[in-house]
Amino acid sequence: MSSNTLTAAEASGPHKPAAGFEGDRHDNTVGGAVRGYLNKLRAGDLGALPAVLGIVVLGILFTALRPDTFLTPLNLANLLVQSTPIIVLAMGLVFVLLLGEIDLSAGVVSGVCSAVLAQLLVQAGVAWPIAVLGAIATGAVIGVFTGSLVGIVGIPSFVVTLALFLGFQGVTLRLIGQGGTVPVREPVIRALANENLPVTLGWILAALVVVAYAGFELWRWRSQRSRGLAHQPLLLVVLRIAVIAAVVVGVTAILSVDRALAAAIDLAGIPYAVPLVVLLLLVLTFVLSRTSFGRHVYAVGGNAEAARRAGINVTRIRVLAFVISSSLAAISGILATSRLSSVTPDAGAGNTLLYAVGAAVIGGTSLFGGRGRARDAVLGGLVIAIIANGLGLLGVAAYLNFIITGGVLLLAASVDALARRRAATARR
Amino acid sequence: MSALEQTPPTSSTLERPTLSLRGVNKSFGAVQVLHDVHLDVYPGKVTALVGDNGAGKSTLIKSIAGIHPIDSGTVEFEGKPVQLNGPRDAARLGIEVVYQDLALADNLDVVQNMFLGRERKRGVVLDEASMEEAARDTLTKLSVRTLKSVRQLVSSLSGGQRQTVAIAKAVLWESKLVILDEPTAALGVAQTRQVLDLVRRLADTGHAVVFITHNMVDVFEVADRVAALYLGRVAADVPISEVDRTQVIELITSGRSGELGLASDALED
Ligand SMILES: Nc1ncnc2c1ncn2[C@@H]1O[C@H](COP(=O)(O)OP(=O)(O)OP(=O)(O)O)[C@@H](O)[C@H]1O
Ligand SMILES: [Mg+2]
Repeated sequence: MSSNTLTAAEASGPHKPAAGFEGDRHDNTVGGAVRGYLNKLRAGDLGALPAVLGIVVLGILFTALRPDTFLTPLNLANLLVQSTPIIVLAMGLVFVLLLGEIDLSAGVVSGVCSAVLAQLLVQAGVAWPIAVLGAIATGAVIGVFTGSLVGIVGIPSFVVTLALFLGFQGVTLRLIGQGGTVPVREPVIRALANENLPVTLGWILAALVVVAYAGFELWRWRSQRSRGLAHQPLLLVVLRIAVIAAVVVGVTAILSVDRALAAAIDLAGIPYAVPLVVLLLLVLTFVLSRTSFGRHVYAVGGNAEAARRAGINVTRIRVLAFVISSSLAAISGILATSRLSSVTPDAGAGNTLLYAVGAAVIGGTSLFGGRGRARDAVLGGLVIAIIANGLGLLGVAAYLNFIITGGVLLLAASVDALARRRAATARR
Repeated sequence: MSALEQTPPTSSTLERPTLSLRGVNKSFGAVQVLHDVHLDVYPGKVTALVGDNGAGKSTLIKSIAGIHPIDSGTVEFEGKPVQLNGPRDAARLGIEVVYQDLALADNLDVVQNMFLGRERKRGVVLDEASMEEAARDTLTKLSVRTLKSVRQLVSSLSGGQRQTVAIAKAVLWESKLVILDEPTAALGVAQTRQVLDLVRRLADTGHAVVFITHNMVDVFEVADRVAALYLGRVAADVPISEVDRTQVIELITSGRSGELGLASDALED
């Protein structure tokens, strides 16, 4: 792609800029795009870089330390399933963090919703779709409550959700009973984390995802170019498509290998939870980047007063963000229930929330609001899951596990805070 | 579609004001900030709104913008009485405000800021392409050439560029009245020049413009009329040709200048 063809295309476009905006043309060259990216890094916006580095470095580290267990198809499938509740919880937190708020109760909300799910299935004996709807509705109602206390009453979200963090543990305890464990044997719920897509279906889905992504990106690039709008160089678009395709194909290939330890059993295919997470990623990315609701979430997080003056209902955005966060917490709870095939009184307590906040922040979502994407939850969630999984394989003592995971969150938060300072000084 | 294509209206003094305020009062709790404010703003004219720090200029324009609804008094827009209870009411009438503190979201790009709260959509999907084209058209018509890219984040712009984006945002809509709160306050010489040119161009394309400033040079350079606020009261609202620099400064600092200004009983309470 030479800059000559671009200039020609722009000159023939219906909206050629008279003068100025030369950046909208220069950025079309690969050099310009690379320079733009380096400038962004220098200004403190690291994007997906820390998470991708984290995945690579930790992957190499644990492979070296546990060569015959870490990088096996069985463990990778385990790791992916392990990451799904964290990722989904973190996806919800991204919405709240984008506003510059925090939801410390997200973990225990997932616990309450798991308990509701279990009680509906086991005590009330309802069909699984009703139990799932019940759990998600519980999450949504909790979100309305939390969001109203923050957005309408005006209590700092830190305080509201800290109070609820304690309160909801009591609710779960009441629903499940002290010392009790409610086993969940409902086949569909259990299948989410414990059964796999048929191998051919897995490949078909993988191919569909890659083709749809490539088609959309190329179509967008073409239409932007033909209308003379700002666009990336084709080479970068193609590179991005290639990376996504390689990851999707690679993961599908690994998961399509028979990973059963005993020769008599067949264990292959993508666990059902994985396409569920991919679907959520697509939907939430669409909401955040292509709808006015998403745009307004960023605006409120960037400058709430500007959003208010632009006529945006800031309270409504705040309440909805908590509704989304708590509803996704419910889905996270369902995934966790499936993985454990049971619900315990301490579901969603402990390090659940820390993992999810860590995932979002490591992925690149700012604790100060205004910056973040749904994909951050996926990348950061994988980093967290790799740490948890790897430390498990190493047989590290529980105390060390807590210290290391806490340390990683602090590290990510420091990177975020330093990035923000850099951005502030770069502007002056 | 842009209001910039309107033909400049003939300028006669008998022309109907775009905005008329009559007896407007506004208090914050026990503190009365605006007292019985009368003000007329005409199409195709720049009205400089001057006054000392805390005189109530920003409060007055926030009332006009519907951010701080007035306590009493009447507001007429193009001859019709109107209620301004929120930013959307003002926007619907064609009132656009460029605030002293700019009110841009740093984490969004130029296009996203210009369309904030009024995004163009196809179904539920944002129509990014048409927004980008319209934003670029407006910036081009205002002869803004200093921006590198309309997809640049606002956090990466200079003060003057941010001001330009804020003004262009106001013009993007079919606005009839554009209010600018100290648009040149933090700018260097060249950037001030650009913004003043922009202000003049707004009036020449038929907009009624209210321009708040502390700078007398700016006032005499672009304004057609001067309105002076003194402690929340309008001390004078006159054509620029009827006053000189010394008089304007007197009106700002003491509320009176010779025959012009507030009666002495108003100054006492
Ligand atoms: N939201 C508010 N609540 C209470 N008092 C306010 C509020 N906004 C403004 N005031 C008071 O109203 C008075 C007028 O303030 P305003 O900001 O309108 O002044 P200004 O003329 O714009 O001054 P400046 O030139 O410094 O911008 C001040 O005394 C200020 O303290
Ligand atoms: Mg002011």
